[in-house]
Amino acid sequence: MSNTLGTEPADGHQSQGTPGAGSAVSSARPAPPPAATRRRRGRAKMRFEIAVLSGPAVIVFLSFVIFPVALAAFYGFYRWHGYGAPTDWVGLNNYKLILTDPAFQQVLWHTGVILVLSLAVQGPLAIVLALLLNQKIRGRSAIRILIFVPYVVSEVIVGTGWSLMLQSNGALNDLLRHVGLGFLQADWLADPDLAIWTLLGIISWKYIGFAVILMLAGLQSIPEELSEAAQIDGASYWQIQRRITLPLLGPTIRIWAFLSIIGSLQLFDLVYIIWGPYVAGTAGTSTMAIYMVGQGRNAGNYGYGSAIAVVMFLISLVVALLYQRFLLRRDLQGAITEGAS
Amino acid sequence: MSARTADRPQKWGNPFTYFVALLFIGVCVAPVLYIVLGGFRTNSQISTSPAGLPEPWVVSNYLNVLKSVTFWGEFANSLVVALASTVGTVILGLMVSFVLARYDFRFKGAMYSLFAAGLMFPMVIAITPLYIVIKDLGLVDNLLGVIVPQIAFGLPTTVIILVPFLRAIPKEIEEAAAIDGTGRLGFFFRMVIPLSRPGVVTVGILGFIGSWNNYVLPLYVLNSQANFTLPLGVQAFSSQYSVDTAKVLAFTSLAMLPAMAFFAAFEKKIVGGLTGAVKG
Repeated sequence: MSNTLGTEPADGHQSQGTPGAGSAVSSARPAPPPAATRRRRGRAKMRFEIAVLSGPAVIVFLSFVIFPVALAAFYGFYRWHGYGAPTDWVGLNNYKLILTDPAFQQVLWHTGVILVLSLAVQGPLAIVLALLLNQKIRGRSAIRILIFVPYVVSEVIVGTGWSLMLQSNGALNDLLRHVGLGFLQADWLADPDLAIWTLLGIISWKYIGFAVILMLAGLQSIPEELSEAAQIDGASYWQIQRRITLPLLGPTIRIWAFLSIIGSLQLFDLVYIIWGPYVAGTAGTSTMAIYMVGQGRNAGNYGYGSAIAVVMFLISLVVALLYQRFLLRRDLQGAITEGAS
Repeated sequence: MSARTADRPQKWGNPFTYFVALLFIGVCVAPVLYIVLGGFRTNSQISTSPAGLPEPWVVSNYLNVLKSVTFWGEFANSLVVALASTVGTVILGLMVSFVLARYDFRFKGAMYSLFAAGLMFPMVIAITPLYIVIKDLGLVDNLLGVIVPQIAFGLPTTVIILVPFLRAIPKEIEEAAAIDGTGRLGFFFRMVIPLSRPGVVTVGILGFIGSWNNYVLPLYVLNSQANFTLPLGVQAFSSQYSVDTAKVLAFTSLAMLPAMAFFAAFEKKIVGGLTGAVKG
């Protein structure tokens, strides 16, 4: 498809119909040759360059990101175990099964809880920590490296480490006993009343550093003159943060929240490593992705698994679109057009 | 630290800030230290005092892992996958970003939106259909079955970071190159690639760490131990030696070392890249 991507505005003249496209083409070509034939040859060459340069990326992206999604929509209508072509058309039955399955309603609830509480816990904490760390203190770069460590370590390693630490005879309970807080000892992973809070704790630990780094970056782009001026006018430290810093930090907060939401919707690795697909169900920590892997691949039901994937897609898409529509539009535009410059 | 900095004129600031900072760092680092230090202990030390320090320090766990063929095989697989994915993402991403940044054509906006939309669809959500595609291509239990999809899913971030970068290269440079008789492709190879190095480094680091830590795709695609990458290896090892906690901890901490070293070496670039990406 990429060889059709070139522009064909009328016959090469600056037609009035598409003024934007026409003038853009001519301004993009440095020193356009006057003769129409040369211009046409130049356009063909440009089209060729566009095809060569963008072709590989577009093909790889379409076949491994977009095509699987379309495929899932197709397989989702079949009962299919992954061998040969699907023949057992079941219509919307898979979707009916998913939406009425109490286990799915449960994972939906867990995912929602994780999504909301991740925002509610990490957001304010990260902002406060970033405000504190943004002051003139020694060793700021060392601090930045150290608080980013949990984010860089892989989920598998984090999960392995935490699951050893949180066993009932593990390091955390041992530590609590030694500091005289023995009454707080608990079965952190298996107790169904507790496990989702444990998971939230681990998630917050793993991703708070990333949030703080983002907020710090956002804070550093706010001109110092503003808070200095407010200080001269007699504003207190917290007044300045609330009235000046927080509003200006808005774009950063909204982009962080977006990333956090997408992360919550696809939460998989940590739960799969610490609890596994079956224990996660009884401990009350299973997520949508855990349900998809357990019901789809591990059970060999690829049609049903595809339908779950489609449901997850739609949920993510709706959330993302709503979020972008109402909160993120201006920010993302800025980030995309001027980011990294 | 205080001895070295004592003679500097800069103010120290609020002690409360240092207290909170230290507490925060402690919380962030302690679990990682638990893994690393646990590898220096014996199983009896760990079971009698789960939260204790090594007493005495034992290096045999680490030495055993370092001598094992399994570890190095999985290390090599992870390295091959990470390097190939990173190089692939950077090359394809740079080419398509160049088109999106410096050419004008009708479907440019649509193409950009297509890649940007990819940000909303993380690999985990797409994994079931993606696996079916990989299976149909005959790439199951093949490192290429991990590498190529990782390149595809790495492209959205790469495009988002690189396009503004390439757009910022002044037009005058391109015009000067055109006057000297260099075509746009020549301009790409001789000017764009060297000038976009900082952006490429950011993208490359993010890609490398992402690939090194990726779990769900190898979990689906690779099923023989000889092809395992380290995250799968860590999981297999920890269920195989579930009673030998010390050995598991040693294996785990050696598995995280490369990504940590990579991060420490390029920390400024990563943080800088993130800063750029969210600058509103």
